[in-house]
Amino acid sequence: MNRNRQLPFLEKRNYVRRRAEDAARLLPFLGGILLLLPILRNPIATPEHETGAGVLYVFAVWVMLIVIAARISFALSDRQTDEKGRKPHEKEHE
Amino acid sequence: MIGFNALIIVSVIYVIFLFAIAFFADQQAARGRLGWLQSPIVYTLSLSIYCTAWTFYGAVGYAARSGLEFVTIYLGPTLIMIGWWGIVRKLVRIGRTQRITSIADLISSRFGKSNLLGVLVTLLAVIGSTPYIALQLQSVTLSYAVFANESGTGTEAIDLNSTAFWIAVGLILFTVLFGTRNLDANERHHGVVTAIAFEAVVKLVALLAVGVFVVWGVANGPSDILARIDASPIAEWDLRPGRWAGLIFLSAAAFLSLPRMFQVMVVENADERAVATASWAFPLYLMLMSLFVVPIAVVGLELMPKGANPDLFVLTIPLSMGQDKLALLSFLGGFSSATSMVIVAAIALSTMVSNHIVMPIWLAVTSKGATVSGDVRQVVLIARRCSIAAVLGLGYAYFHYSGGGSALAAIGLISFTGVSQVLPALLGAIFWRRATRHGAALGLIVGFVVWCYTLFLPSIGGATLISPEMLEHGPFGIGWLRPQALFGVVGLDPVIHAVVWSMLLNSLVFCTVSLMTFPNPLERLQGMQFVNVFEHSANARGWSGNAAGAEDLLVMSQRILGPNQAQRLFQTIAQKQGKAGLLPDPSVDFLEQLERELAGSVGAATAHAMVAQITGGASVSVEDLMAVADETAQIMEYSSKLEEKTDELERTARQLGEVNTKLTELSVQKDAFLGQISHELRTPMTSIRAFSEILRDVQDMTPDEQRHHASIIHDEALRLTRLLDDLLDLNVLENGQVALNIEQTNLYDVIERSLAAALSAVESETLSVVRSIDQEQIMIATDGDRLAQVFINLINNARKYCDHAEPKLEVQVCLRENCVEIDFRDNGTGISQADQNLIFEKFSRLTDHHSAGGAGLGLAICREIMTNLKGSIDYLPGQNGAAFRVKLPLK
Repeated sequence: MNRNRQLPFLEKRNYVRRRAEDAARLLPFLGGILLLLPILRNPIATPEHETGAGVLYVFAVWVMLIVIAARISFALSDRQTDEKGRKPHEKEHE
Repeated sequence: MIGFNALIIVSVIYVIFLFAIAFFADQQAARGRLGWLQSPIVYTLSLSIYCTAWTFYGAVGYAARSGLEFVTIYLGPTLIMIGWWGIVRKLVRIGRTQRITSIADLISSRFGKSNLLGVLVTLLAVIGSTPYIALQLQSVTLSYAVFANESGTGTEAIDLNSTAFWIAVGLILFTVLFGTRNLDANERHHGVVTAIAFEAVVKLVALLAVGVFVVWGVANGPSDILARIDASPIAEWDLRPGRWAGLIFLSAAAFLSLPRMFQVMVVENADERAVATASWAFPLYLMLMSLFVVPIAVVGLELMPKGANPDLFVLTIPLSMGQDKLALLSFLGGFSSATSMVIVAAIALSTMVSNHIVMPIWLAVTSKGATVSGDVRQVVLIARRCSIAAVLGLGYAYFHYSGGGSALAAIGLISFTGVSQVLPALLGAIFWRRATRHGAALGLIVGFVVWCYTLFLPSIGGATLISPEMLEHGPFGIGWLRPQALFGVVGLDPVIHAVVWSMLLNSLVFCTVSLMTFPNPLERLQGMQFVNVFEHSANARGWSGNAAGAEDLLVMSQRILGPNQAQRLFQTIAQKQGKAGLLPDPSVDFLEQLERELAGSVGAATAHAMVAQITGGASVSVEDLMAVADETAQIMEYSSKLEEKTDELERTARQLGEVNTKLTELSVQKDAFLGQISHELRTPMTSIRAFSEILRDVQDMTPDEQRHHASIIHDEALRLTRLLDDLLDLNVLENGQVALNIEQTNLYDVIERSLAAALSAVESETLSVVRSIDQEQIMIATDGDRLAQVFINLINNARKYCDHAEPKLEVQVCLRENCVEIDFRDNGTGISQADQNLIFEKFSRLTDHHSAGGAGLGLAICREIMTNLKGSIDYLPGQNGAAFRVKLPLK
């Protein structure tokens, strides 16, 4: 395929940025659902206590959310431009 | 064992160190070295004031009582921060574009600058925060008591009350010193933020150190800890779904609506990019703070005797194991958590109290308003300082009279539920354009009342306010009004019951009333700007521009911002409009910018009221507003490039218009000049001719008569020469052919010489001159004679035109960076704005020329001289009289 052919949609950079914005909007919902999952546990069906496992689960979800948020944050601030279309901060110093 | 006195010394040294950090950061900021002060790391760390002593001591106690549930308090903020793109980013942008000073300011400003809403939110915040501040004082005094007990001094030996009192005094001192240094809240408190960022590090390190000690020092690593968790009483804990979900929601809501969080998150934010970093770094901080809470609680329950206060495990575990240094570090961590929260809360609350309660009252009491009354800046600063003292005083009083006691977590949740009542109005403000101020106010009131009735009074007031019978059977025996079982819903946890009902009724009233009422035009425009803040930063609002006198506005701004800053602001705006001088056109943009600048000092509602006083009342017609709104909507359709071009065209058009009027005026003047000059030349010529004819033709004339006629001829010839000299002088100066005699001159000598020349002995008695001799001792490189010529002219003008019964001339010298400004100010009526543009033109004489006696060339010559001396001379408006500013370069 001819790579120089003009793309019919957004240029790739913008597309990647929009995708990161979508992810940033979705992430809190994912986090909310994962953190609310423990309330579905039925204490009658599983009478033995699992506090240790609960601790592990909550902290695992927490760490995962932090990692994804960091990834998204870098994707957004890397290409962050203000309304006047100025280049990102780092590029000004290059 | 650490003695109690040693502990006092360590905390005093720590506090001195904090003062030093804050002072150093303020110094750096004052020198403009803002680099690291604005870094995302400092921003993230400053957010950590969310973790108060409630986290530091209370989380472990909470875990010991209710297992993993403590973590919900940190999961809510985590969800908000990882979802920063939706809410926090918008709040920060609105805060920056609208120059918001507090959460009360945001709500009041969004709903048509309604001060009622500002007062409501302020009251709610103060009532909600007071127990929380008391809690911090209590936790610090408790931690002192732990050390006192250990070292054998005994609790009774230390007066807990006086400890709390001195802590409160120290906090007031710190907050007043670093929190009210600069008036403009948007200039940010770098010292305070840096100090709390440092405290954030201390508390994290302290808690991690205790955690590491517990896991690897007491237990045998992580797997051992997990085993101990499952063996401990904590394992008995069962997750209660209602509380789990409800508390996650509550902590998320409180994170957004706590005044102190709003202060660090929005008001102190200097760079939007910092929010992106905080979106993951702050959850990481929270996660690390919570990481060792359960292990510490488990080990504490094992080691400590039954009945030991689990809220203090963080301190008592290291102490009981003989780890004094660790205990000390842990004490400092708790101390940091408490103090940083109190300081920021006091700043946030005092800003709200002074802007929304004190200033409106002050404005109403001094009925003449901002234009006449004294320096507003001082009033605001004093109001803010008193409010800080009052807020902390309230906290101390609450601590003193409640006697402490209840578990830390309980007070925290009650306070959270109270401040969260702002949430529906806050979210409505930034996402719902048609939300109205009636809806917001009623929603807030309903939420507040429900919170008081179901949670605050039953738990805080004890049996005095709500009796056990009332709790059991409801007021007057009405069962469905029972405070902890509203509408007959029984069996809910009291906190969750209060959260559900207060938030539900609050939101319901807010939405319903908003749907049923109409917003006023100002609300609609503010709503559009808040909700669509990312689409357009250009704002429109309904000031009918022509009504405002730019000069009056300048006078008022000088009082609030200080003369220098105000004059600089006006000059920049005037330049942007393409106008020379100090007074810009009172366009909508200008008024809006001015109002926003003032809002940074006194809050949006007050600033609006002040500008309204001058522009002739806020009564802007709906048509006007709609016209402005339509205009904005149209402009938004253009691309930004086109917009820029339009601006440029507009500027050019305004310049052209100005030049055109000036040209027309000049042409009229030129005609007048020709008439004038022939008149001026002909009058002396006529008398010279007449008298010389008499001398020639009349034969028998006494020598006396001859001398008389000859002297008239001589006088008239002198007058002619003077006029021609002036014309010649002007011509030479205008063509730049003048030879200047530049040498080092003392300004004092020049002024002294000019005054001597201009005022003869008799006249100097009528015109009194006020000078500042000390400031005049400046050496400048200039042409002293030419400068004196300018001064003489200005002094003569004051002598001739100042129409005050006791004319007074003030000569003020002010040294700037590379120039010196000499102001000549008299106390007459001054020069009307229309004439201010003309006075420097040739042959412009404003009054009847007989009284003046000159040809109207004086100021024109002055201006040419100053141009040749590389300086300038301008008319200075807004000074209660005619005032001229002569500006000279120093080198």
